[in-house]
Amino acid sequence: MVAYIIRRIGYGFLTVLGVLFFLFILFFAVTDPDDIARKAVGERAPPEVYEQWKRNKGYDKPLFVNTEHGWLSGGRYTDTLLVDHYTRMLTFQFGQSDADDALISKRIREGAGPSLMLTVPLFLSGMAVAVMVSLFVSFFRETYIDRMALVLCMLAMSVTILLYIIGGQYLIGKVLHWFPISGFDPDPTIVYKFLLLPILVGLVNGLGADVRFYRTVFVEETTKDYVRTARAKGAGEIRVMGNHVLRNALIPILTQIVVAIPFLFTGSLLLESFFGIPGLGSLTIDAIFGNDFATLRTMVYIGALLFVTGQILTDISYTLADPRIRLE
Amino acid sequence: MNELLLDVQNLRTSFPSAAGRVAVVEDISFQIHKGEVLALVGESGCGKSISAMSIMRLVPKPGRVETSARIFFQGRNLLDLDVPDMRKVRGGEIGMIFQEPMSSLNPVQTVGAQVVEAIQLHEKATAAAARDRTVALFKRVGIPDPEQRFDAFPHQLSGGLKQRVVIAMAIAMRPKMLIADEPTTALDVTIQAQIIDLLRELQEELETGILLITHDLAVVNELADRIAVMYAGRLVETAPRQELFENASHPYTQGLLQAIPGLAKKGERLHEIQGVVPPPQEWPVGCRFSSRCPIRLAHCADQPAPEIERSPGHISFCHALEKEAVA
Repeated sequence: MVAYIIRRIGYGFLTVLGVLFFLFILFFAVTDPDDIARKAVGERAPPEVYEQWKRNKGYDKPLFVNTEHGWLSGGRYTDTLLVDHYTRMLTFQFGQSDADDALISKRIREGAGPSLMLTVPLFLSGMAVAVMVSLFVSFFRETYIDRMALVLCMLAMSVTILLYIIGGQYLIGKVLHWFPISGFDPDPTIVYKFLLLPILVGLVNGLGADVRFYRTVFVEETTKDYVRTARAKGAGEIRVMGNHVLRNALIPILTQIVVAIPFLFTGSLLLESFFGIPGLGSLTIDAIFGNDFATLRTMVYIGALLFVTGQILTDISYTLADPRIRLE
Repeated sequence: MNELLLDVQNLRTSFPSAAGRVAVVEDISFQIHKGEVLALVGESGCGKSISAMSIMRLVPKPGRVETSARIFFQGRNLLDLDVPDMRKVRGGEIGMIFQEPMSSLNPVQTVGAQVVEAIQLHEKATAAAARDRTVALFKRVGIPDPEQRFDAFPHQLSGGLKQRVVIAMAIAMRPKMLIADEPTTALDVTIQAQIIDLLRELQEELETGILLITHDLAVVNELADRIAVMYAGRLVETAPRQELFENASHPYTQGLLQAIPGLAKKGERLHEIQGVVPPPQEWPVGCRFSSRCPIRLAHCADQPAPEIERSPGHISFCHALEKEAVA
């Protein structure tokens, strides 16, 4: 098991290196250091200011090959933006934002709180509601309750999240005045007002797909022979569902959820930007629109690290849920 | 004759289909007395297992046991019991053994815990007491190293051992009756013999009645006191074992017996029954076997077969025999 995990960490490291490489290629395929500089210091600044800014930020180097160095000099391939990119990321030197020179590590610390306040309750309530609804639905499988639920799920899945966001803001924010339309205030006594609406919207948005997935898993389990055995020895339906079906269904469910846990930290791009929550999702969106390479690559790098971590955690959680699985 | 344990009257179990509800088990009646082994025999899909599940009221939805049927177990109609009372019967008074030991145990629970659950569902036993009883049961059903096996997961045991666990679970509450649904079908031949011996020992020791469901006539010969033969959802013949093997009167039973390799002469081609069992939607109104019957009469397909008593305890459902009886 230890050998397996070490090997997985090795693969994960390679994956992260690959992500950093593709990020670099893609970013500089659509833009170049001059664009970053222009966005940062303004369109009308004189050329000397650009050059000065690029030198300060290290963007004056070429991307892959530095021709100022001779053929045999090591600097020809190491004194480049790509190598800088890797060195900074792998040593966790995130540096300052290209847009406004703020410290990126400080930004992340500030943004993590609001993001987690949104994503953790959303994740937990979404999972609890989806599991309960789908246990209920699969208990009534093949009846009109089941069929109605499936139709509703398909309907809910077919509607875009944008409609839920705008509809929720209009109905609950503008017409009913229950919660503000958007905004954020970290004061713990009122912060919930700003979070409940986005959480509700996220919940409704994810519920259809989750219920369908969990229902399939549960229904498949309830037709297994061991469920019949449990009933034949006198177990009641609640016990059969809670004790036997749920524990066996945990294995496919774990794949779905454990891998999602690390991403709670990176926040929700759409919900945060539409509801004006200053979390890491907003930070990422702003970095994309602001040509802020330093911030964007940091967020992508962290996302890749979290993804790899989630994968390894999923594998480990399998062995806890299913005695038949051994990692080798 | 011992006291009557199970009295099934006119069992009828139906499933919905495109053409309305179709009864896959129809008009099945039989009795089992204390300590008696009744074998319910028939081809796959003839409704044997559904009959067994009907008695336990565990027919998978949307299947349904029609309320016109009556299933008396020790004088009480099981179809009238409320859910908590029925739960006490399951595992408490009627134990059940299943066909597939590979899949009939919960894969994520230790086998010991699953037997403990069977005990604790029916009485307030402490964890330690239930564990001791489970280990004793494991020992009784011939599981070596029962203490260690208690904490094993199903995938760590062989098929034969798993079936012993299932049997231990079924007899945990010393039920008055066991339903064994193809208990040996999925096992190796050598293991089959051991499991049959075990069932016979337990049956004598606990004086349980057994409803043995199988398509394997060799198993029937080893265990059964009486045999009921089913074809396409209906009984065709029922008789004591010896009588049935020697004087089978229904053309289907005769065909079945002639198809046993052991009874045919060496070098002779095995007898086969022509055709296949039709699907439930195409079952004839009259005698269900009429479409494949070698001695079919003109009215066989239209009128239900009459019940003919050949000798005490030997009943056959056949038009051709009626004619014979009259003549």
